[in-house]
Amino acid sequence: MSVSTANESFGTEKQSIAIARWIDRIFLGLTCAFACFIAVVLLWITASLFSIAYPAIAKYGLGFVTASRWSPVEDLYGALPQIYGTIMSSVIALLIAVPLGVGVAVFLSEDFLPAKVRTPVAFIIELLAAVPSVVYGLWGIFVLVPAIQPVLEGIHQAFGWIPLFSTAPDIRGLFQASLVLGIMISPIIIAISRDALISLPPQLRQGSLALGATRWETILKVLLPAALSGIIGAVMLALGRALGETMAAAMLIGNAPRISASVFDPASTIASLIANQFSEASGLQLSSLLYTGLILMLLTLAVNVLAEVVISRFQQIE
Amino acid sequence: MAVSDTQPNSTHPSLSDVVIRTEKVNIYYGAFHAVRDVYLDIPRNQVTAFIGPSGCGKSTLLRCYNRLNDLIPSARVEGRITFEGVDLYSKQTDPVEVRRRIGMVFQKPNPFPKSIYDNIAFGARINGYQGNMDELVERSLKSAALWEEVKDKLKQSGLSLSGGQQQRLCIARTIAIKPEVILMDEPCSALDPISTLRVEDLMHELKKEFTIIIVTHNMQQASRVADMTAFFNAEASESGGRFGYLVEHDRTQNIFNQPKEKSTQDYVSGRFG
Repeated sequence: MSVSTANESFGTEKQSIAIARWIDRIFLGLTCAFACFIAVVLLWITASLFSIAYPAIAKYGLGFVTASRWSPVEDLYGALPQIYGTIMSSVIALLIAVPLGVGVAVFLSEDFLPAKVRTPVAFIIELLAAVPSVVYGLWGIFVLVPAIQPVLEGIHQAFGWIPLFSTAPDIRGLFQASLVLGIMISPIIIAISRDALISLPPQLRQGSLALGATRWETILKVLLPAALSGIIGAVMLALGRALGETMAAAMLIGNAPRISASVFDPASTIASLIANQFSEASGLQLSSLLYTGLILMLLTLAVNVLAEVVISRFQQIE
Repeated sequence: MAVSDTQPNSTHPSLSDVVIRTEKVNIYYGAFHAVRDVYLDIPRNQVTAFIGPSGCGKSTLLRCYNRLNDLIPSARVEGRITFEGVDLYSKQTDPVEVRRRIGMVFQKPNPFPKSIYDNIAFGARINGYQGNMDELVERSLKSAALWEEVKDKLKQSGLSLSGGQQQRLCIARTIAIKPEVILMDEPCSALDPISTLRVEDLMHELKKEFTIIIVTHNMQQASRVADMTAFFNAEASESGGRFGYLVEHDRTQNIFNQPKEKSTQDYVSGRFG
C-alpha cells in the first residue's frame, strides 16, 4: 500500500472517529446517570425511613435502644431485645460459620482432593449460597433442628448449670436460629476465602516449603495471614447477611421480645420483628418498626466500616 | 558407594569432597521425559553453575535437590541423588528435613507479606531455633549485605523493599536456617545490573560457609561467580518433544576456554541459545 492511499484512508475515517467520540460521550453520560441513580436511591431510602420513623424517634429518642418492652397493645415500644437478638444470633452464627468456612476454604484450595473432585465440590458449595433463605428456614424447622434436638438436650442436661444452657431446648430458639444462619452464611465465607487463598502467588508457598516448613506451617503461618484481608472481607460480608437475614430467623427464632440468658430460649431479631408486624402496623407502631429498620441499617453500616478499617490495617503489611 | 564407570557426560574426576551426587538421574512429567541420564557431583564450599538454553532441564534438576518437584503431582525422578551419602528419594527421607538442609532462592524475589524481621524469624521459628532471635536476624541480614539498608525499618513489610533488596532478604532468610547447600534458581534475572553485582559479590562470601548451586542464563555471571560449570543442552527426542541432558561439567575456566564438546563451544561463544 502506498503512502497516498494510506493518507486517503486516514481521511475517510474522520467520520467514524466523530461517531466514536459521540458514543464515548453517550456511554459516559449513561454510566454517570446510573451511578447517580444508585446514590439517590440510597439517600431516598434513608430519608424516607427517617421521615416515617420520625414520630417514634421524637417520642422515644435514644431511649428506644435501651427500652425492652415492645407492646402494641399498650402502644409502647422499645427495641433492646431485638437489637440483642440480632447481634447475638449473628455472633453465634459467625462462631459456627468462620471455622467451618475457613476450614473448607483451606481444604478446597489445597490439593488434598484431585482437581476433578475439587472443582465440582467448590461449584456445589457456591450453589449453596444461592438457596433461598426461606428454604433454609423450612429445612431448619423440619429437618435440622429435630435431628440435633437430642444433642441440644444433652448439652442442656450436662451444662444446664451454666446460664447459657439453662433452659430446655425447643424447636425454636436463639441458638437454633443461629445454627441455621451459620450454615446459611458459610458458603459465602467458603467461596470468597477460597478465592483469596487460590489467588495467592504460588511462589509464597514454595518459599515457605523451601525453608523447611511443613504443609500445615505453610497454611497457618504464611498462606492464611497473606489471605487475611480477603478472609476478613468474606466474614464481614457474611456478617452483614446474618444481621439482615429475615425469613430463616423469623421462622426459627421464636419471635419472643425478651432477653434471656439461655441461648435455647426463643428470642427476636429486628428483621424478624419487622417481618412479623409490618402488615398490621400503623401509627406509632409503624414508626417504631421503621426506627428499628434504621437501627439495623446503622448496624450493617458500622460492620462495613469496621471491615474496611480492619482490611486496610492488614493491607499495610502487604 | 561405587562410582559408576559408565559416565558418558562425566563428572570432573578430580572432585574429592562431594556434597551432592547425582547418578543416572531421569526426570519425567507424566509421560514427558524432561531430563535424561545426568551424572553430576557437586563439590563442597564451591559455586557450581548450571548453564544452557531454555528447556534444557537445569531448573528442573535444581528443584530435585530440595524435592520441590514433589509439588508437581506428575513429576517423577528416577536414578539416585545422594546428599552426604543419604538417598534424597528413599522412603525414609523426609522432604521437610531435606529442604531445611538444602535451602533455595527463587527466580522472582518472594518475601512473605510480613515484616522484614518476621521474614527472617519465620524459618528459624518453625525450625525450633532457641537462641536470641534479634541476633540471628541481624547476623543473617549482615551476611546478606542488607543490614545497613534496613536496620532502621525492621518492622516494615518485606514487600516495601526494592527488587534487589527483596532478593537479598530472601537470601538472608535462607541463611538464617543454616542450610548446608543453597540452591539459586536464576536469582538475578529479575534484578538490575547493580543489584546483580551485589548478589554476585555476596555469593563469593557465602561459599566459605555454604555450597552453592546456581542456575543462570547469563554466561558472564557463570564465569564471574562459578568455580565449576555444568552445561546442559536440549535435544529433540524420538517422540517429538525435547529433553535436556548434561553435556559437560568441568572447571569454569575450562568450560569457557577449552570445552571438550563442540556444542559447549558453540553455546559459550554465543552461537546459539
